[in-house]
Amino acid sequence: MNAQLKPTGSAYFITSETERSETRTLAVLVDNEPGVLARVIGLFSGRGYNIDSLTVSETEHERHLSRITIVTRGTPHVLEQIKHQLERIVPVHRVVDLTVTAHERGHDRPLERELALVKVSGNGDDRVEALRLADAFRAQVIDANTEHFIFEITGRISKVEQFIAIMQPLGLVEVCRTGVAAVNRGPEGM
Amino acid sequence: MDQRAPALKWQETSMQEMTGAEMVVQALRDNGVEHVFGYPGGAVLPIYDELFQQDDIQHILVRHEQGAGHAAEGYARSTGKVGVMLVTSGPGATNAVTALQDALMDSIPLVCISGQVPTALIGSDAFQECDTVGITRPCTKHNWLVRDISELPAALHQAFHIAQTGRPGPVVVDIPKDVQFAKGSYVSPQTAPRTSYHPRVEGDQEKIKQAIELMSTAERPVIYSGGGVVNAGPEASHLLRELVELTGFPITSTLMGLGAYPASGESWLGMLGMHGTYEANMAMHDCDVMLCIGARFDDRITGRLDAFSPNSRKIHIDIDPSSINKNVHVDIPIIGDAGRVMEDLVRLWRAGAKTEKKTLKPWWEQIEKWRGRNSLAYKPNNKVIMPQYAIQRLYELTKERDVYITTEVGQHQMWAAQHFGFEAPNRWMTSGGLGTMGYGLPAALGVQIAHPDALVIDIAGDASVLMTMQEMSAAVQHNAPIKIFILNNQYMGMVRQWQQLLHGNRLSHSYTEALPDFVKLAEAYGGHGIRCEKPDELDDAINEMIEVDKPVIFDCRVANLANCFPMIPSGKAHNEMLLPDEATDEAVANAIDSKGRSLV
Repeated sequence: MNAQLKPTGSAYFITSETERSETRTLAVLVDNEPGVLARVIGLFSGRGYNIDSLTVSETEHERHLSRITIVTRGTPHVLEQIKHQLERIVPVHRVVDLTVTAHERGHDRPLERELALVKVSGNGDDRVEALRLADAFRAQVIDANTEHFIFEITGRISKVEQFIAIMQPLGLVEVCRTGVAAVNRGPEGM
Repeated sequence: MDQRAPALKWQETSMQEMTGAEMVVQALRDNGVEHVFGYPGGAVLPIYDELFQQDDIQHILVRHEQGAGHAAEGYARSTGKVGVMLVTSGPGATNAVTALQDALMDSIPLVCISGQVPTALIGSDAFQECDTVGITRPCTKHNWLVRDISELPAALHQAFHIAQTGRPGPVVVDIPKDVQFAKGSYVSPQTAPRTSYHPRVEGDQEKIKQAIELMSTAERPVIYSGGGVVNAGPEASHLLRELVELTGFPITSTLMGLGAYPASGESWLGMLGMHGTYEANMAMHDCDVMLCIGARFDDRITGRLDAFSPNSRKIHIDIDPSSINKNVHVDIPIIGDAGRVMEDLVRLWRAGAKTEKKTLKPWWEQIEKWRGRNSLAYKPNNKVIMPQYAIQRLYELTKERDVYITTEVGQHQMWAAQHFGFEAPNRWMTSGGLGTMGYGLPAALGVQIAHPDALVIDIAGDASVLMTMQEMSAAVQHNAPIKIFILNNQYMGMVRQWQQLLHGNRLSHSYTEALPDFVKLAEAYGGHGIRCEKPDELDDAINEMIEVDKPVIFDCRVANLANCFPMIPSGKAHNEMLLPDEATDEAVANAIDSKGRSLV
């Protein structure tokens, strides 16, 4: 017998979880049929799992396949459960833990991008400063008049978060975010 | 019977024009359905009209949709076939929810066909409208709202495929009334399932080899089997017996798995878990190798998780990957059908692995000591009927017959599991996961419909049985001579037992005042009523119950304050059982500490 088969204590109940929470990005390939998103979301709420971000769109029109990208948090034990529970849903084809795949391929994390539309209104110095910072963040102006800008910014979650935080004191009035889209680096598919 | 007949029938009907309602009946036929349990209503009238005009499928009218669901569960569990229920929209569907969740938790193959308001009215708060697929989504394995007639045949066939393959479960097909009237082309069942659904049935050979290696080095092994073995078919139970015989390992089982290994077998330890035997739970706690087959480490089984079988290496065979490592970490997970994997285990064990009988000798000697503790003992009484005694007599007087047992939920259920000896699978129908009071009476109806000549007994409690008592009327209508054997203690016994354990013996609403006269109730329904209050009259009364050829309600008056032991109190480990001879009032009052109090 190999070393992994040493006796194990079983513990997830009265004693609190001792394992640390991790953040993972999951790609879930599903049949695009009515109710499929409700099944996925219902699973998370019903079993008490976290959703940090969720993005969904049909990605293969001919096969009616949608790709759901979920950013979730949990201990390794809970994350394993989430994957298996998702796989039990009948219209789910595959569940890939992109974070784990990235690690296997020697990367820190998958490529993750989010898009945000950020409306900032004001005038005077704040307005100039907002435009200057947007330029530094490579955010584009997609609408403007003398009173406001709407910026489009794309990037990792941390960059989007930071940009929004910086805009806060400069007259931020509205934000809309898409949630995370993610793929792994390299030539292989998921 | 001509084996080619069904195939010819399929060809005949393939691509035939028919209405949605006709398709439903044809799909039932093509999927081998002979009985449907249901209740009509506005949104399923077209289907009922089709049922009226044919003789292949028999419809069993129940008195409440929950009854239809449990009857279909009993039917499924006792035959291995898919149980089918038919309900109307709105309240018909919501009444089915309890049975659907029950079937989901106990992995019972069930197809529920529900009517829905016409597509044009969906979303308008129409009369008897509810979001059936929304409500039943978390309590089914899968469900559909069929909005277009072209999708109906595939949905119906897939429903049967999904319900009975992989880990079985309930499936709902919700059909709007206009779709039932619409015409379309019917197609026969397709063998090709949908691409996203392919349960794994063959176990990983490498893992199976590791399991054999681990089993052959075991000194204190135990096999812990569950309902998955029963679901895997009679052959799986046969293989389980062979495996136990070959290895010489002791075996225990969950509530759902009773009968897969015979209670009279030499290696049988009795049921394990909260009300399991001392020897079964001690063997689980002290074992060095645990082989779990088709069970899911439920909280009723494990007790306190951080003290669950602390020194064992665990092998877990399950068809559902999400059952692996859910509650308990296992060393060798094998995903696959219990029968297929056991076939491999038996083959490999025969090919080489051997346990010397003497290796296991000290372990068996230890087990004998635990057995000597006689944990199911109770104080005999010749004035009042002890509930355990009633079950023992029921067993002795029926064991030579073709008998099926169903139960409600509570103390009587545990006593039945402890004291009735189950020798074969599919003979024991009980609500394990959901714990549904009211399950047993309609389940008995379903079993009796499937096995008209068998002796079908619902071992019931006085509180549970009233939850679905109306199905007595269905039993009388369909000449189903079910026997409802009520252990009547006038309490919700298990609720009271927990109030004694946890709440200072304050018996809040657990005493049922104004119980009906069960004998008169039986007679009012057109059945036969029997009351028995004396131990020395019990045998004659039970024999009378068996002989009567119509539904019987047997009011067995038992000791009111008897409690169910042994017991692992909540939050305690397997080796901290409360045994019957130690269960004094004080021990009971202090059995559960503050941490355990919040547990169920």
